[in-house]
Amino acid sequence: MAEAQDIIRMQGIAKSFPGVIALEAVDFSLRKGEIHALMGENGAGKSTLIKVLTGVEQPDRGTIELDGKPIQVRSPQHSQELGISTVYQEVNLCTNISVAENIMLGHEPHRFGSIDWRKMNELASKAINRLSIDVDVTQPLGNYSVAIQQMVAITRALEVLSAKVLILDEPTSSLDIHETDLLFAVMRNLKKEGIGIIFITHFLDQVYQIADRITVLRNGKLVGTFEAASLPRVELVAKMLGRSLTELNAMSKTRSQEEENKEKQTLMEAKGLGLTGSLDPVDLELNSNEILGLAGLLGSGRTEVANLIFGVDAPDKGSLTVCGEKAERFSPLESLKRGVALCPENRKAEGIVGDLTIRENIILALQARCGWFKFLSRQEQDQIADKYIKLLGIVTPSPDQLVKNLSGGNQQKVILARWLATDPKVLILDEPTRGIDVGAKTEIQKLVMKLAEEGKSCVFISSELEEVLRISHRVVVMRDRKKAAEYAGDVDDQTLIHTMAGEL
Amino acid sequence: MVQQIKPFFLRYGPLLTTIAIFILAYITGGQMYPAMQKPQVFFNLFINDGSLLLVSIGMTLVILTGGIDLSVGGVLALTSTASAALLRMGVSPYIVIPLMICVGVGFGSMLGWIIQYLKVQPFIATLMGLFFARGMAYIISLTSVTITNDVYKTLALTPIYIPFIPRAYVYPTTLVAPVILLVAIYLSFFTRFGRTIYAMGNNEQSALLMGLSVARTKVAVYAFSGFCSALAGIVFSMSLLAGYGQFATGMELDAIASVVMGGTSLSGGVGNVIGTLFGVLIHGTIVSILQFNGTLSSWWTRIGVGALTLIFIGVQSLFYLKKKPSQGQ
Repeated sequence: MAEAQDIIRMQGIAKSFPGVIALEAVDFSLRKGEIHALMGENGAGKSTLIKVLTGVEQPDRGTIELDGKPIQVRSPQHSQELGISTVYQEVNLCTNISVAENIMLGHEPHRFGSIDWRKMNELASKAINRLSIDVDVTQPLGNYSVAIQQMVAITRALEVLSAKVLILDEPTSSLDIHETDLLFAVMRNLKKEGIGIIFITHFLDQVYQIADRITVLRNGKLVGTFEAASLPRVELVAKMLGRSLTELNAMSKTRSQEEENKEKQTLMEAKGLGLTGSLDPVDLELNSNEILGLAGLLGSGRTEVANLIFGVDAPDKGSLTVCGEKAERFSPLESLKRGVALCPENRKAEGIVGDLTIRENIILALQARCGWFKFLSRQEQDQIADKYIKLLGIVTPSPDQLVKNLSGGNQQKVILARWLATDPKVLILDEPTRGIDVGAKTEIQKLVMKLAEEGKSCVFISSELEEVLRISHRVVVMRDRKKAAEYAGDVDDQTLIHTMAGEL
Repeated sequence: MVQQIKPFFLRYGPLLTTIAIFILAYITGGQMYPAMQKPQVFFNLFINDGSLLLVSIGMTLVILTGGIDLSVGGVLALTSTASAALLRMGVSPYIVIPLMICVGVGFGSMLGWIIQYLKVQPFIATLMGLFFARGMAYIISLTSVTITNDVYKTLALTPIYIPFIPRAYVYPTTLVAPVILLVAIYLSFFTRFGRTIYAMGNNEQSALLMGLSVARTKVAVYAFSGFCSALAGIVFSMSLLAGYGQFATGMELDAIASVVMGGTSLSGGVGNVIGTLFGVLIHGTIVSILQFNGTLSSWWTRIGVGALTLIFIGVQSLFYLKKKPSQGQ
């Protein structure tokens, strides 16, 4: 029970918000030198638990012990002082000032009353070298990739705040494979030094790669804490979802039946489509009722393909034909008129408008297509909104809810609804399931498959192979801003991985 | 080598552009009007634009935090009028000057407090501050108040000759702005206060999470701007030997234009006070050229400054666009 090596012990934590019980009697413990994965669907209570631990929220009930002593975390600053630091997916540092400042600021060395820059740079390099990465600390942080920025954030947590507990909140979401490996190497080193790490992620693979123990939350309740080695993956997913995996398996079967139904008709054709400096000429063909998977690593050119087809960037090579008509002008509005829609990768920055309601968000693209002066009556708007809320199963008390108050999965559905409302023939989905929980992922995948059955064609871009393979009829692999290969939907993931890595 | 030069230009490009434009404008002026080649013309830039430089220094720090201070011209008018009125009542200048500085700091702190704790937009809060301060100046006196105090006269009219340059001089009041410039450089590059300004200008939430005292810094920045405006008011009233509510009408906009010409981004976090110095010097050079010409309307200053400010905003976004891809990867 009371293990001496526990750094953090939270017991009976409860927290409710108006109308929602976010946490109900949750126990959680973290050992010294342990990587502990915290898993659960969106809304399971992970964030709230972390917020309680870092002092953003005060628990209604329950106790927190740090090194065996009861503590009360009053604020994020206080939690940092106690040695509990968090590194978020969106790195909370300042990109305009130097790496050294980002590490040292607030605890910078002084000489004769002014900042001792030389010493600060020295201390910062020494600190970041501890993670065995090579960074020029005098450069502005913005010159480095997100991965390095995360390392800097970790360095700050360890060096300046001498953290004993490190919380990594979705750290790998925007990293590619190599960067993730680098982060994991760092995590393993820290583990050896006795630092306790709470690791929050949606990637099952990564959990099994690195975590010692797994705690699963569901609907604000503790499902249990398990040794990673003795918990089969299927069981973990089942525990997170609270239901069996038969649904997932059933899906792939419907697809293979669907495949028999072959009435091919080319809907969209790109010939040598390219943009100098962005994408080498690519040939793509998209048939009706088809889902075309676009696989590749981060930066392989997946998003660039989507941007060219949708007209975000105008291609300077090749041609694009949609429904037999050759595209002359390239802009998102022209694409909408052609019947092409794009759900962009970066949901927060490019997709939703958080301060508008669900209804307004859904209407946006339709309004743009109709022109600014054609008036959609409130009644029509409500009808459209209600239709899609029902169709996509968006969980909300009313269409007038602000989108920023929805969970990630529901936000994604709102964007999907926005483009569906324009009744596109071709739907490009760029990472539609990124950062949302397993349940919502499955729902989105099902939706996409249903849309294809109903006659829409989809280009489905995802960095999760499993997902691409499950729902695509054909898969195109991108590498180094080129089309590397094209496979039928029944290709195995090993082949894909090798193609992506450039070994085939 | 090339790899080192590129980041250097990306980082200091806007500042170098400003300096280059100043030199170009100055040389062009000298070519057109040989009288402009006299060294004294250069020092006149500091004599004439001392107040603008003071106000712009305070403005730079405010803009670096991502805010704006529209009250500067009003505070200048208020302190100039109030000090003239107090001097006429026979109060010693050694009391008046510190008192006016206190008024400026107090006024700025108040605006900073309203912005930080009542969450009022800086634009609105300082616009109200502008109306209030200028209004108060008119309450004190509807007409210009002349200053006859001897200390003021001495400070305003005693030339200080520049060593090694014959017949070139400045006044004691001219030195205030360069000294404050040095203070601002020190503050912004060598203190936690200054670095916090940069950090919060980039991302206030992050600065807060880094444990920096964002609230205190924000109030202090507006207080510093109030301090600069009060100093500018004193310098202004000394050089004109008068105080008047109509002084420095629209100076807040000249200051913002100078700050932007100096390469500071209105979105915060990018730029520095050295650039602002050159922004102000460009402003002064345009004014000088027009004066030497003598036939052109003084409104050409505004047109020139307007055009240059637009060019600078264009240059800035070019640099920003160039920088962006490296941030993406």
